[in-house]
Amino acid sequence: MIPTPVISAQHLDIGYRTGGEGVKCVHRNLDIALYAGELTCLLGANGAGKSTLLRTLSGSQPSLSGDVWVNGTLLKGMSRHNLSRTIGVVLTDKTAIGGLTVREVVALGRQPHTGFFGRLSAHDKVVVDQSLEACGIADKQLRYMASLSDGERQKVMIAKALAQECPIVLLDEPTAFLDIVSRIEVMSLLHRIAVEHQRAILLSTHDIEQALVLSDRLWLLSRENGLVTGVTEDLILSGGFNNLFPHTEIHFDPLHGSYYPTVQRRKTVVVECVDETLLHWTVNMLNRNGYGVSFDSETSAMPVLRVVNKQSLVWKDAGCEVALHSFDELSQFLRER
Amino acid sequence: MSRSLSHSTLLIVTLTILVAILLVANLFVGSVAIPVQEVFNVLTGQECARESWRYIILESRIPQAVTALLAGCSLAVAGLLLQTTFNNPLAGPSILGIDTGASLGVAVVMLAGGAMVVGSGVSAFLATIVGAFVGASAVMAVILFFSTFVRNNLMLLIIGMMVGYLTSSLISLLNFFASADQVHAYTMWGMGNLSSVSLQQLPVYSVTAVCGLVIAFLLSKPLNAMLLGTRYAENLGVNISMTRNLLLLATGLLTATTTAFCGPVTFIGLSVPHIARLLLNSSNHNTLLPVTMLCGGVVLLLCNIISVLPGDNGIIPINAVTPLIGAPVIIYVIVNQKKISYFNG
Repeated sequence: MIPTPVISAQHLDIGYRTGGEGVKCVHRNLDIALYAGELTCLLGANGAGKSTLLRTLSGSQPSLSGDVWVNGTLLKGMSRHNLSRTIGVVLTDKTAIGGLTVREVVALGRQPHTGFFGRLSAHDKVVVDQSLEACGIADKQLRYMASLSDGERQKVMIAKALAQECPIVLLDEPTAFLDIVSRIEVMSLLHRIAVEHQRAILLSTHDIEQALVLSDRLWLLSRENGLVTGVTEDLILSGGFNNLFPHTEIHFDPLHGSYYPTVQRRKTVVVECVDETLLHWTVNMLNRNGYGVSFDSETSAMPVLRVVNKQSLVWKDAGCEVALHSFDELSQFLRER
Repeated sequence: MSRSLSHSTLLIVTLTILVAILLVANLFVGSVAIPVQEVFNVLTGQECARESWRYIILESRIPQAVTALLAGCSLAVAGLLLQTTFNNPLAGPSILGIDTGASLGVAVVMLAGGAMVVGSGVSAFLATIVGAFVGASAVMAVILFFSTFVRNNLMLLIIGMMVGYLTSSLISLLNFFASADQVHAYTMWGMGNLSSVSLQQLPVYSVTAVCGLVIAFLLSKPLNAMLLGTRYAENLGVNISMTRNLLLLATGLLTATTTAFCGPVTFIGLSVPHIARLLLNSSNHNTLLPVTMLCGGVVLLLCNIISVLPGDNGIIPINAVTPLIGAPVIIYVIVNQKKISYFNG
């Protein structure tokens, strides 16, 4: 069965109209498909157009050409009211909600469903309760926003979007400014919401590490290659990440799912090591000190580093052997050579 | 939730009682000493020892007390609307130059409008109100226009101040070319005076002020959404441009009519919303709006009592009293901003 995307667009041009006839096009010809029940991460360098794309998809900025379809309805034809019940957003905008309680902020998410004065019905209150519960902040509901940590605030904003009961939630860098624990918590929360509540969740982030772990699908956006999309593992294995940041100074390591600075190989050394973790960090130190690594021990011209354990490393070069007893000693040794 | 609700209900009831007490107290004090028993007699429709006392109470003290209440409510609510609209706790009609705009409107009517002097007839009087409304709305529109692309709030406040200076310079220019009588009338108006609304004018003032207040109350749902910023509010289904226009209308009505009648009364719009937030410990407009309105009434009624304390020696201009309450509040809020929840976004 081929799933139907909740947001789709073909040949979408995004950018700004700069008064009069002026147009600043950020991207041309984007093909987009966002699916329900999945967490999708939008990755790209600063200035790649991530925010512009999110704004276009949330309907707060018109596309330059091409139509965005949301659940079979044309986005630009949707009423303000309908849109507010379909797409919820979490932004990085400055707010003035320090004097509101957590519960009051989450209840603001009910606004598209309440009447003229915003009075909450019994059902609205249940939805607010459930949203607070789902985001793990029910015990903090009477606290003031001002008293929360950045991570907790972000969870409140996600709970607000959840209370809005939109099938689609778009988040602009929800994990920026968060420490590693909060980043993982927020990303896991979003993934759980996507799966359990069958929402289509799209977020932009710079946190590639977490995106690769928790994202079902990735959108890679770059000025050079436009939008490349696919299931996370497919994109990694097919080398999609090599083109995300087109610089020669960094390269993507598909084994560890992370970018590394490209080594300026002045010398090469053969490494012999059985333990994988030990090998990884040995290579890490060698690379940092300007050594390329080879695993071909037949080449006799190159020096050999044999790593037995982290207290026992042996450097063999042109017949002479040096015994090293720690990575500290290896580091000293590499710098002195 | 229910605990905070009962706290706000208690606060609203207390403030309402306080307003009632101060409103009555205002009838008992004034620059002319009238015995308490005589005031009672006049109010209950009984015989009064002197006819002049009856006249003073009915024709001067009642309209003045009601004016103080309405002006306090209007300016405080206008200040709150501005602070939420511009997402800036230090916004206010005086700081953003909106009451200077109203003053310019009045100046155009009084100084450039020929021989008309304020209070010399209903038409001149209405012209003053319209002038003030046009002036206040124009300045507010200019600032709203800048706010669409100047995202930095501090910069926006500075733009507001600059617009205020420009407006002031136009007023000075008008003063320069006006006759001595006109300048005198304008200067008297500019000192701020809650006693300038006569019993006959009171209905006009009441109706416009109440209109402004009603619009403000109708906007409490979008105002709460605006606390999240315009893009969040838009996503919650708020029609931003319509809300902004209605806010423009409400703030214009509230600031302009009050300024037209009483002169530019300072510090109420800036400081009362802070007093209200501190008392209420919340930025939720459902409760903050009524509390701000009532606090405004209480503060200006209190200021009015203080202003007539010298008794026979005359009345202290209201603008000499309002900063005594307003300025310390603002200084307190700024010094303690790290501890005050609504300041920390």
